Amino acid sequence: MNENLFASFITPMILGLPLVTLIVLFPSLLFPTSNRLVNNRFVSLQQWMLQLVSKQMMSIHNPKGQTWTLMLMSLILFIGSTNLLGLLPHSFTPTTQLSMNLGMAIPLWAGAVITGFRNKTKTSLAHFLPQGTPTPLIPMLVIIETISLFIQPMALAVRLTANITAGHLLIHLIGGATLALMSISATTALITFIILILLTILEFAVAMIQAYVFTLLVSLYLHDNT
Amino acid sequence: MDSQTGELLSWILTQDFAPKGTAGAFQEYDNKYVNVKKGSLAGLSTVLAAYKLFNYCHSYKEFKHKWPRKYH
Repeated sequence: MNENLFASFITPMILGLPLVTLIVLFPSLLFPTSNRLVNNRFVSLQQWMLQLVSKQMMSIHNPKGQTWTLMLMSLILFIGSTNLLGLLPHSFTPTTQLSMNLGMAIPLWAGAVITGFRNKTKTSLAHFLPQGTPTPLIPMLVIIETISLFIQPMALAVRLTANITAGHLLIHLIGGATLALMSISATTALITFIILILLTILEFAVAMIQAYVFTLLVSLYLHDNT
Repeated sequence: MDSQTGELLSWILTQDFAPKGTAGAFQEYDNKYVNVKKGSLAGLSTVLAAYKLFNYCHSYKEFKHKWPRKYH
Protein backbone atom coordinates (compact mmCIF):
# COMPACT_ATOMS: atom_id res chain seq x y z
CA MET A 1 0.00 0.00 0.00
CA ASN A 2 2.88 2.37 0.71
CA GLU A 3 4.21 2.24 -2.80
CA ASN A 4 0.77 2.69 -4.29
CA LEU A 5 0.01 5.70 -2.14
CA PHE A 6 2.79 7.81 -3.62
CA ALA A 7 2.46 6.48 -7.13
CA SER A 8 0.37 9.43 -8.22
CA PHE A 9 3.22 11.83 -7.45
CA ILE A 10 5.72 10.23 -9.82
CA THR A 11 6.66 12.49 -12.72
CA PRO A 12 4.74 11.15 -15.70
CA MET A 13 6.87 9.92 -18.57
CA ILE A 14 5.71 8.35 -21.76
CA LEU A 15 8.18 6.09 -23.56
CA GLY A 16 10.98 7.89 -21.74
CA LEU A 17 9.88 11.35 -22.86
CA PRO A 18 8.74 13.85 -20.29
CA LEU A 19 4.98 14.10 -20.42
CA VAL A 20 5.17 16.54 -17.55
CA THR A 21 6.05 19.36 -19.97
CA LEU A 22 2.71 18.97 -21.70
CA ILE A 23 0.90 18.79 -18.39
CA VAL A 24 2.54 21.98 -17.18
CA LEU A 25 1.63 23.73 -20.43
CA PHE A 26 -1.97 22.53 -20.41
CA PRO A 27 -3.49 25.22 -18.12
CA SER A 28 -2.45 27.90 -20.59
CA LEU A 29 -5.01 26.42 -23.00
CA LEU A 30 -7.76 27.31 -20.59
CA PHE A 31 -7.04 31.04 -20.70
CA PRO A 32 -7.69 32.17 -24.27
CA THR A 33 -6.57 35.60 -25.35
CA SER A 34 -8.83 37.82 -27.36
CA ASN A 35 -8.27 41.20 -28.89
CA ARG A 36 -11.89 42.27 -29.14
CA LEU A 37 -13.51 45.00 -27.11
CA VAL A 38 -16.48 42.84 -26.16
CA ASN A 39 -15.49 39.21 -25.78
CA ASN A 40 -17.29 35.94 -25.41
CA ARG A 41 -18.59 34.93 -21.98
CA PHE A 42 -15.63 32.80 -21.11
CA VAL A 43 -13.00 35.43 -21.80
CA SER A 44 -15.10 38.22 -20.22
CA LEU A 45 -15.43 36.19 -17.05
CA GLN A 46 -11.68 35.62 -16.88
CA GLN A 47 -10.94 39.28 -17.54
CA TRP A 48 -13.34 40.37 -14.81
CA MET A 49 -11.76 37.95 -12.35
CA LEU A 50 -8.27 39.08 -13.27
CA GLN A 51 -9.20 42.72 -12.84
CA LEU A 52 -10.68 42.02 -9.43
CA VAL A 53 -7.60 40.15 -8.25
CA SER A 54 -5.10 42.64 -9.64
CA LYS A 55 -6.90 45.60 -8.08
CA GLN A 56 -7.02 43.88 -4.73
CA MET A 57 -3.43 42.79 -4.78
CA MET A 58 -1.53 45.55 -6.49
CA SER A 59 -3.20 48.59 -4.95
CA ILE A 60 -0.82 48.61 -1.97
CA HIS A 61 2.26 49.10 -4.11
CA ASN A 62 3.89 52.26 -5.42
CA PRO A 63 4.31 52.60 -9.20
CA LYS A 64 7.70 50.92 -9.06
CA GLY A 65 6.19 47.87 -7.39
CA GLN A 66 3.28 47.85 -9.80
CA THR A 67 5.62 46.96 -12.65
CA TRP A 68 5.48 43.45 -11.18
CA THR A 69 1.73 43.15 -11.87
CA LEU A 70 2.09 40.93 -14.92
CA MET A 71 4.42 38.57 -13.10
CA LEU A 72 2.23 38.26 -10.02
CA MET A 73 -1.01 37.87 -11.97
CA SER A 74 0.49 35.12 -14.14
CA LEU A 75 1.74 33.48 -10.97
CA ILE A 76 -1.61 33.39 -9.24
CA LEU A 77 -3.36 32.19 -12.40
CA PHE A 78 -0.81 29.46 -12.95
CA ILE A 79 -0.78 28.14 -9.39
CA GLY A 80 -4.56 28.38 -9.06
CA SER A 81 -5.31 26.62 -12.32
CA THR A 82 -2.65 23.93 -11.79
CA ASN A 83 -3.95 23.17 -8.30
CA LEU A 84 -7.56 23.04 -9.44
CA LEU A 85 -6.74 20.79 -12.40
CA GLY A 86 -4.93 18.48 -10.00
CA LEU A 87 -8.22 17.74 -8.30
CA LEU A 88 -9.45 15.84 -11.35
CA PRO A 89 -9.07 12.07 -10.92
CA HIS A 90 -5.73 10.56 -11.90
CA SER A 91 -4.23 13.87 -12.92
CA PHE A 92 -0.71 14.93 -12.10
CA THR A 93 -0.26 18.18 -10.19
CA PRO A 94 3.05 19.86 -10.95
CA THR A 95 2.89 21.91 -7.75
CA THR A 96 3.33 18.77 -5.67
CA GLN A 97 6.92 18.64 -6.83
CA LEU A 98 9.23 20.58 -4.53
CA SER A 99 11.61 21.20 -7.42
CA MET A 100 9.02 23.22 -9.26
CA ASN A 101 7.93 25.23 -6.27
CA LEU A 102 11.52 26.06 -5.41
CA GLY A 103 11.97 27.13 -9.01
CA MET A 104 9.09 29.55 -8.60
CA ALA A 105 9.84 30.78 -5.10
CA ILE A 106 13.60 31.38 -5.15
CA PRO A 107 13.85 33.63 -8.23
CA LEU A 108 10.85 35.73 -7.20
CA TRP A 109 12.05 36.20 -3.62
CA ALA A 110 15.62 36.86 -4.79
CA GLY A 111 14.36 39.40 -7.32
CA ALA A 112 12.44 41.28 -4.65
CA VAL A 113 15.32 41.25 -2.14
CA ILE A 114 18.01 42.20 -4.64
CA THR A 115 15.84 45.03 -5.95
CA GLY A 116 15.56 46.27 -2.40
CA PHE A 117 19.29 46.05 -1.78
CA ARG A 118 20.20 47.80 -4.99
CA ASN A 119 17.76 50.67 -4.83
CA LYS A 120 17.24 51.28 -1.15
CA THR A 121 20.29 49.79 0.53
CA LYS A 122 19.91 51.49 3.90
CA THR A 123 16.20 50.68 4.29
CA SER A 124 16.75 47.03 3.30
CA LEU A 125 19.58 46.62 5.78
CA ALA A 126 17.52 48.34 8.42
CA HIS A 127 14.95 45.56 8.18
CA PHE A 128 17.41 43.33 9.97
CA LEU A 129 16.97 45.22 13.21
CA PRO A 130 13.47 45.97 14.46
CA GLN A 131 12.98 49.30 16.15
CA GLY A 132 13.33 49.60 19.88
CA THR A 133 15.46 46.56 20.65
CA PRO A 134 17.60 46.77 23.79
CA THR A 135 21.32 47.14 22.95
CA PRO A 136 22.62 43.83 24.41
CA LEU A 137 20.18 41.87 22.25
CA ILE A 138 21.26 43.42 18.95
CA PRO A 139 23.79 40.79 17.68
CA MET A 140 21.47 37.91 18.38
CA LEU A 141 18.53 39.66 16.80
CA VAL A 142 20.45 40.47 13.64
CA ILE A 143 21.34 36.79 13.30
CA ILE A 144 17.74 35.77 13.85
CA GLU A 145 16.45 38.28 11.30
CA THR A 146 19.01 37.09 8.73
CA ILE A 147 17.94 33.51 9.21
CA SER A 148 14.30 34.50 8.91
CA LEU A 149 15.06 36.34 5.70
CA PHE A 150 16.81 33.38 4.11
CA ILE A 151 14.12 31.00 5.17
CA GLN A 152 11.44 32.93 3.27
CA PRO A 153 11.89 31.21 -0.15
CA MET A 154 12.15 27.79 1.48
CA ALA A 155 8.96 28.44 3.43
CA LEU A 156 7.16 29.62 0.30
CA ALA A 157 8.07 26.51 -1.66
CA VAL A 158 7.59 23.98 1.12
CA ARG A 159 4.27 25.50 2.19
CA LEU A 160 2.77 25.07 -1.25
CA THR A 161 4.19 21.57 -1.77
CA ALA A 162 3.15 20.30 1.64
CA ASN A 163 -0.38 21.67 1.51
CA ILE A 164 -1.21 20.29 -1.92
CA THR A 165 0.53 16.95 -1.36
CA ALA A 166 -1.13 16.47 2.02
CA GLY A 167 -4.53 17.22 0.58
CA HIS A 168 -4.11 14.74 -2.26
CA LEU A 169 -2.83 12.07 0.12
CA LEU A 170 -5.77 12.56 2.47
CA ILE A 171 -8.22 12.19 -0.39
CA HIS A 172 -6.49 8.96 -1.49
CA LEU A 173 -6.48 7.53 2.02
CA ILE A 174 -10.05 8.40 2.95
CA GLY A 175 -11.31 7.27 -0.44
CA GLY A 176 -9.56 3.95 0.03
CA ALA A 177 -10.98 3.67 3.53
CA THR A 178 -14.51 4.30 2.25
CA LEU A 179 -14.13 1.58 -0.36
CA ALA A 180 -12.75 -0.89 2.15
CA LEU A 181 -15.46 -0.13 4.68
CA MET A 182 -18.31 -0.62 2.23
CA SER A 183 -18.26 -4.38 2.56
CA ILE A 184 -17.93 -4.26 6.36
CA SER A 185 -20.44 -1.68 7.56
CA ALA A 186 -22.52 0.55 5.32
CA THR A 187 -23.13 3.23 7.98
CA THR A 188 -19.46 3.79 8.67
CA ALA A 189 -18.85 3.89 4.96
CA LEU A 190 -21.50 6.57 4.62
CA ILE A 191 -19.91 8.66 7.34
CA THR A 192 -16.53 8.28 5.69
CA PHE A 193 -18.06 9.26 2.38
CA ILE A 194 -19.45 12.44 3.90
CA ILE A 195 -15.98 13.18 5.27
CA LEU A 196 -14.64 12.65 1.76
CA ILE A 197 -17.10 15.16 0.33
CA LEU A 198 -16.17 17.74 2.95
CA LEU A 199 -12.51 17.11 2.27
CA THR A 200 -12.98 17.64 -1.44
CA ILE A 201 -14.68 20.96 -0.82
CA LEU A 202 -11.75 21.87 1.41
CA GLU A 203 -9.34 20.90 -1.30
CA PHE A 204 -10.99 23.19 -3.78
CA ALA A 205 -10.67 26.01 -1.31
CA VAL A 206 -7.07 25.12 -0.48
CA ALA A 207 -6.14 25.04 -4.14
CA MET A 208 -7.18 28.62 -4.58
CA ILE A 209 -6.05 29.85 -1.20
CA GLN A 210 -2.55 28.50 -1.65
CA ALA A 211 -2.22 30.32 -4.93
CA TYR A 212 -3.37 33.48 -3.25
CA VAL A 213 -1.05 33.08 -0.29
CA PHE A 214 1.97 32.44 -2.46
CA THR A 215 1.33 35.49 -4.56
CA LEU A 216 0.45 37.64 -1.57
CA LEU A 217 3.67 36.80 0.18
CA VAL A 218 5.77 37.55 -2.86
CA SER A 219 3.92 40.82 -3.15
CA LEU A 220 4.66 41.59 0.49
CA TYR A 221 8.34 40.90 0.03
CA LEU A 222 8.16 43.23 -2.93
CA HIS A 223 6.45 45.91 -0.91
CA ASP A 224 9.16 45.81 1.68
CA ASN A 225 11.77 46.27 -0.94
CA THR A 226 10.46 48.94 -3.32
CA MET B 1 -17.85 15.46 -36.55
CA ASP B 2 -19.10 14.94 -40.07
CA SER B 3 -16.91 11.91 -40.73
CA GLN B 4 -17.73 8.37 -39.65
CA THR B 5 -15.74 6.59 -36.99
CA GLY B 6 -14.33 4.28 -39.63
CA GLU B 7 -12.78 7.24 -41.42
CA LEU B 8 -11.33 8.65 -38.19
CA LEU B 9 -7.87 7.24 -38.80
CA SER B 10 -7.58 8.72 -42.28
CA TRP B 11 -8.94 12.04 -40.97
CA ILE B 12 -6.29 12.17 -38.20
CA LEU B 13 -3.56 11.56 -40.76
CA THR B 14 -4.73 14.51 -42.83
CA GLN B 15 -4.22 16.87 -39.88
CA ASP B 16 -1.16 19.06 -39.79
CA PHE B 17 0.84 18.25 -36.66
CA ALA B 18 3.37 21.07 -36.95
CA PRO B 19 3.06 23.70 -34.20
CA LYS B 20 1.25 26.09 -36.52
CA GLY B 21 -1.21 23.40 -37.49
CA THR B 22 -1.85 22.39 -33.88
CA ALA B 23 -2.47 26.01 -32.97
CA GLY B 24 -4.89 26.16 -35.89
CA ALA B 25 -6.76 23.16 -34.49
CA PHE B 26 -7.10 24.90 -31.12
CA GLN B 27 -8.39 28.02 -32.87
CA GLU B 28 -10.96 25.88 -34.69
CA TYR B 29 -12.25 24.37 -31.44
CA ASP B 30 -12.20 27.78 -29.83
CA ASN B 31 -14.18 29.43 -32.60
CA LYS B 32 -16.75 26.68 -32.71
CA TYR B 33 -17.47 26.07 -29.04
CA VAL B 34 -16.01 28.82 -26.89
CA ASN B 35 -15.85 32.04 -28.86
CA VAL B 36 -19.57 32.14 -29.66
CA LYS B 37 -22.31 34.43 -28.45
CA LYS B 38 -23.79 32.00 -25.96
CA GLY B 39 -20.77 29.88 -25.16
CA SER B 40 -21.64 27.66 -22.24
CA LEU B 41 -19.95 25.42 -19.76
CA ALA B 42 -19.98 22.53 -22.24
CA GLY B 43 -17.12 23.99 -24.25
CA LEU B 44 -14.82 24.03 -21.24
CA SER B 45 -16.10 20.75 -19.77
CA THR B 46 -15.32 18.83 -22.94
CA VAL B 47 -11.70 19.93 -22.75
CA LEU B 48 -11.51 18.93 -19.08
CA ALA B 49 -13.19 15.59 -19.76
CA ALA B 50 -10.68 14.90 -22.54
CA TYR B 51 -7.84 15.74 -20.13
CA LYS B 52 -9.35 13.40 -17.55
CA LEU B 53 -9.61 10.63 -20.12
CA PHE B 54 -6.01 11.17 -21.16
CA ASN B 55 -4.82 10.89 -17.56
CA TYR B 56 -6.96 7.79 -17.05
CA CYS B 57 -5.39 6.08 -20.04
CA HIS B 58 -1.93 7.05 -18.89
CA SER B 59 -2.40 5.68 -15.34
CA TYR B 60 -4.32 2.60 -16.43
CA LYS B 61 -1.46 0.25 -15.67
CA GLU B 62 -1.04 1.46 -12.10
CA PHE B 63 -4.57 0.81 -10.96
CA LYS B 64 -5.36 -2.20 -13.12
CA HIS B 65 -4.58 -4.50 -10.21
CA LYS B 66 -6.58 -2.46 -7.68
CA TRP B 67 -9.98 -3.31 -9.12
CA PRO B 68 -12.38 -4.92 -6.64
CA ARG B 69 -11.82 -8.56 -7.41
CA LYS B 70 -12.17 -11.80 -5.54
CA TYR B 71 -8.56 -12.88 -6.10
CA HIS B 72 -5.86 -10.24 -6.52
